[in-house]
Amino acid sequence: MQARGLVKRFGDREALKGVGFSAEPRELVAVIGPNGAGKTTLLSILAGIQAADGGEVETGDGTVGWVPQQAALYRRLTVEENLLLFARLEKHEDPSASVEEMLDLTGLRERRGEIVARLSGGNQQRINIAIGLLSRPSVLLLDEPSVGLDSRQRARLWEFVSALAGRGTTVIFSTHDIQEAERYGNRVLVLADGEALFDGPAEELREAVRREAPEAADRDFETAFVAYLHHRGH
Amino acid sequence: MRWLLLKDLQILRRSPLQAVLLVAYPVLIAVLVGLAVSRGPEKPRVALLNEVPANARVSLSGTKLPSANVQRRICDKVECVHVHSRDEAVAKVESGDVLAALILPEDLVNKINSLSTLSPGTPKVEVLVNESDPLKAGIVDDRIEALLAQANLTLAKRIAAEGGKYLNLVIRGGDLPVLGGGIHILGLQASAHILEAIEPALPNGPLKVALSQVTEFANQAGENLDIAGPLINRLAQPITVEKVAVGGSSPPLETFAIAVAATLTLAFVAVLLVAGSLALEREENAYPRLTRGLVSARALLGEKVLLGVVVGLVVTILMLAGLTIFVPLEWSRFGLWLAAIVVGGASLATAGAALGAAAREVRAVSLLAFMVTLPVAFLSLVPSGTVGQGLYDVIKVITALFPFKPALEAITSALEAGNGGIGGPLLHLAILCIAYAAIARLALRRFTRV
Ligand SMILES: Nc1ncnc2c1ncn2[C@@H]1O[C@H](COP(=O)(O)OP(=O)(O)O)[C@@H](O)[C@H]1O
Ligand SMILES: [Mg+2]
Repeated sequence: MQARGLVKRFGDREALKGVGFSAEPRELVAVIGPNGAGKTTLLSILAGIQAADGGEVETGDGTVGWVPQQAALYRRLTVEENLLLFARLEKHEDPSASVEEMLDLTGLRERRGEIVARLSGGNQQRINIAIGLLSRPSVLLLDEPSVGLDSRQRARLWEFVSALAGRGTTVIFSTHDIQEAERYGNRVLVLADGEALFDGPAEELREAVRREAPEAADRDFETAFVAYLHHRGH
Repeated sequence: MRWLLLKDLQILRRSPLQAVLLVAYPVLIAVLVGLAVSRGPEKPRVALLNEVPANARVSLSGTKLPSANVQRRICDKVECVHVHSRDEAVAKVESGDVLAALILPEDLVNKINSLSTLSPGTPKVEVLVNESDPLKAGIVDDRIEALLAQANLTLAKRIAAEGGKYLNLVIRGGDLPVLGGGIHILGLQASAHILEAIEPALPNGPLKVALSQVTEFANQAGENLDIAGPLINRLAQPITVEKVAVGGSSPPLETFAIAVAATLTLAFVAVLLVAGSLALEREENAYPRLTRGLVSARALLGEKVLLGVVVGLVVTILMLAGLTIFVPLEWSRFGLWLAAIVVGGASLATAGAALGAAAREVRAVSLLAFMVTLPVAFLSLVPSGTVGQGLYDVIKVITALFPFKPALEAITSALEAGNGGIGGPLLHLAILCIAYAAIARLALRRFTRV
């Protein structure tokens, strides 16, 4: 997947000011930035939910799966009913088989009959992702997938997502947690106020931070990253 | 689309309270409004003390009239509470248990009978009223006055009819029943014939002249009195009232009340369900996911309208079926009912979709739908002539813009023949349906925001 010079305006505000990047199969790309940086806007343009005011997006063969920041599922239906509905809407030949597959993948087989509203946020997020996977995407877009999850749930989520990437899916996820971006992303795209400040491997980001904010180099990475953003004028 | 429909029905089933409210509440309101519309003022409760002996009959000139059954006549008009003494009647009036008490004294019939004698008395009935409530007193006055006027009229008619009979007897002759036997009355006509027959036998002279004068009188009197009969009858009822309804026929109150109940039910179910379920797609963040290639906005809108029509149809038909326990309905017109409910439901559902696309949360949408539907429904029930012309014109415009009134007209017309054509309302509904669909499509564009 490739994007070049993406621009998005909301009235006078430019949410994206010419952002470009590319992602390869099996790659896990972390889009990191503070709230309001333009992460959701970027991902929703990649997903085709919103149209960009400028620039272009190239998707290779295959579909793009999209998992919105807020779980998009029916909380009054059961896990199984949700999966079945979307499998049918995706026009799967054997929707029930797809449901079984997703129940295995999410590890929610025993909870298939439960009303989604009664599940924990982590489990809801897993179903949210599973629904995104029902389109059998070659590129999966995850918008802040770990928000609201405790550390154990996060660990399980990333295990699950890494396994997907391992099977050949391109995963692009957004987060405002630098540690998460560094740990799980093969590549990191730093967004601030609609600008791409950095695009490269996580280790290179550490070097760039040390170089540009030397006074915070011996502090923890998060503090140093904030200082780096500050140096860049954000 | 059918999977979305199935999903919405599953959600509805999962929210029993909401579903029950959605169905039960409109039905409740509908039935209440229907009752309010159909129920005329109740019969006032009146205590009746009838002291007239059971075998007493009104008789005129010795002829007993068939029992007038005063009591039954009175109790047709008011709800009678029979009492057995004056004190009991007074107590009931004072306690407010009855609006008034009517006392028919023992000598009432004798007094009436004396009307046709040389020493007529004055028949009187007594009315006891609790004057503490002026409104009640007014009602009683009106009712009693109406009752008495009717009684007097009946009596006058009877007297006139009796009078007419006697007159007839005098003119044409016949038997007058008297004291168990009968007297034959010759009559003016026969007398004239006899006299005419005798006349030629008499020699010319003063006697013959006198006879011819008597014959002439008998003839003239017979002819003129013949006219007097109908005249007396007319006197008894000088003015006859013929009620003519102007300005088109209005449906019988019962049919109208049922139509109101059915339309209210349909309106609430269709509008609230569609508006709420569309807002739910947004609240659950499902809209962008759905319209990302899974379904088009148009198809989603169609699914919601279908949901509203299907559920609205089922609930409305069930309610009508339930109402048949109380009021007979013409099930033979079922096809027309279906047409009216489906087209009305579709139009109301698209209006609901437009409302549902306008707000973000289900709760806000439900409130909005309620706040729009209820006042429009009430405005649609305002009859012309009860408000000023200017205001009525405004109401007419408002109610024409929302599908409630045309749906009410369509359903009223479908329920019973002679309530106006169904074509006009259906066309009106179809136009509104298209207009609201366009509004809903526009409003849905705002849904795409993530
Ligand atoms: N639909 C919208 N209308 C107006 N402004 C918007 C809209 N969506 C996003 N924005 C603005 O664009 C900027 C980027 O938003 P977003 O992409 O949601 O940021 P992030 O996901 O990084 O927190 C923010 O300033 C936000 O207020
Ligand atoms: Mg965001």
